Amino acid sequence: MDAPNLIAAVQALQPDATVRAQSDRPTLIVPAHALVALATQLRDDPDLRFDLLETHTAIDWLEEDRFELLYLLTSVPHGHHLTLSVSIDRDAPLVPTVCQVWPIAEWLEREAYDLFGILYDDHPDLRRLFLEDDWVGFPLRKDYEDDFMLERPE
Amino acid sequence: MSVHVSTLQARISGESTASSPLSTEEYFVNMGPQHPSTHGVLRLVLRLDGETVREVVPVLGYIHRGIEKMGEHGNYRQFVHLVDRMDYLSALANNWAVTMVVEKAAKMETNERIEAIRTLVCELQRIQSHLLWWGVFGMDLGGFTPFFYGLRDREQICDIFEKTIGARLTMNYIQPGGVMFDIHPEFVKDVKAFLSYLKPKLVEYDALLTENVIIQERLRGIGRLSAARAIALGATGPVLRASGVAHDLRKSEPYGLYAQVDFDVPVGTDGDCWDRYWVRMEEIRQSIRIIEQLIDNIPEGKTFLVKPAAKIKVPAGIHYSHLETARGVLGVLLVSNGKESPYRIHCRTPNFNNLWCIGEMATGGRIGDLVAMLSSIDIVVPDIDR
Repeated sequence: MDAPNLIAAVQALQPDATVRAQSDRPTLIVPAHALVALATQLRDDPDLRFDLLETHTAIDWLEEDRFELLYLLTSVPHGHHLTLSVSIDRDAPLVPTVCQVWPIAEWLEREAYDLFGILYDDHPDLRRLFLEDDWVGFPLRKDYEDDFMLERPE
Repeated sequence: MSVHVSTLQARISGESTASSPLSTEEYFVNMGPQHPSTHGVLRLVLRLDGETVREVVPVLGYIHRGIEKMGEHGNYRQFVHLVDRMDYLSALANNWAVTMVVEKAAKMETNERIEAIRTLVCELQRIQSHLLWWGVFGMDLGGFTPFFYGLRDREQICDIFEKTIGARLTMNYIQPGGVMFDIHPEFVKDVKAFLSYLKPKLVEYDALLTENVIIQERLRGIGRLSAARAIALGATGPVLRASGVAHDLRKSEPYGLYAQVDFDVPVGTDGDCWDRYWVRMEEIRQSIRIIEQLIDNIPEGKTFLVKPAAKIKVPAGIHYSHLETARGVLGVLLVSNGKESPYRIHCRTPNFNNLWCIGEMATGGRIGDLVAMLSSIDIVVPDIDR
């Protein structure tokens, strides 16, 4: 399916989804509460079949006071791609987990928790992935500071 | 709504769920971080019931270097250096993955010569990586001879790289806009000599391991991974193809000169350790085919179309591209705000997702098979930890 058809098909499933500008792949902005239902449909719909969650990560938009979560999906049988974008409040970074839809999300979400402090509701095993359990702070946040950091070049 | 954040300590101190009539007691064993078969510093916490593996809890991060954070502080050309240090056996493919996304985003052009050289060196490196894996795999299964054979033949590819690139492991050769240097005048001759050397050696390899009944009995039927589970767990590369899914980006989304060459994508049927072994052995032969088709037809041209700029500006937005390394899909997600360093850069590394399959493979199996399963995934730990 090419990009316009893909976007139309997803918008038929979730009318609230809007196109995200400035992305080289078809990308849709989805409200957080609709994420899990849409993800399940995307995986199970025979024309879409997004069975592979290629990666999931976050972007810290510090000036806009929000985290943008990206879910990069690939359909192995159809060979098409789609990205879902979910924006959440930086002060209350809570989002439902998609572990039940794509099991690999369990690790990807743990990585996002570890480095960004995103909290995943209903995650079966939410804990740090790379850093120690008693590490303070979330290193990939733009306002992260610790004693070992060098001055940011500007 | 409240979210509970757990710790490793809590994770591995759960109640015993042993259901054996012998009233056995479950116990935890640490495999790693210093264990010869984890090929790096990886720790697996195993919940065992006798010799049966009940659960595998991988503990990552022993060599987490924060490559993504470092990337935010440098420019795009500097980031190419960092990704060499992720999967050091696919350094060129890693370079290419960053190069590909930067070239696509900044609309930089290349020529056929550049693409031919990139395709050639990446296929050479795929052979090199699989040869090392083959040797180490044999060693993990208890035979020391394959290790010497694999390393001996891999050395020759390293020598070819050293002549052209000047480095053997972390090469930093493929750059946005071209390749760092033109190929050495003896490159074509050396590669041909190597291929005619390697082909009879592969027959020897088959006689030593592939056709060896002990190896076949050892590998068949253990560490099974079904096609549907492999995709759900995010596996790519030989691990996914061994489960019978012919997903290879070189075929499905050709980059470089892969669209011009003829090669097959080997797939397995059972998704067990044997299939993963067989798929990689077959991939070595397919890579030889690709190199043979290209080596006499490297087009003339420059190795940089324009003088390389130290600082590249990428238009604002999200850019993503991916390619097939020796271990699977490596994707680079680039978020730019129009400046000369990335706002956020994220690497989707194949080993990270492939390692996640170990839980599925090993649970319910024997601890004695765990090393074979781990080795059949062909993990490189720095690629997981980044």
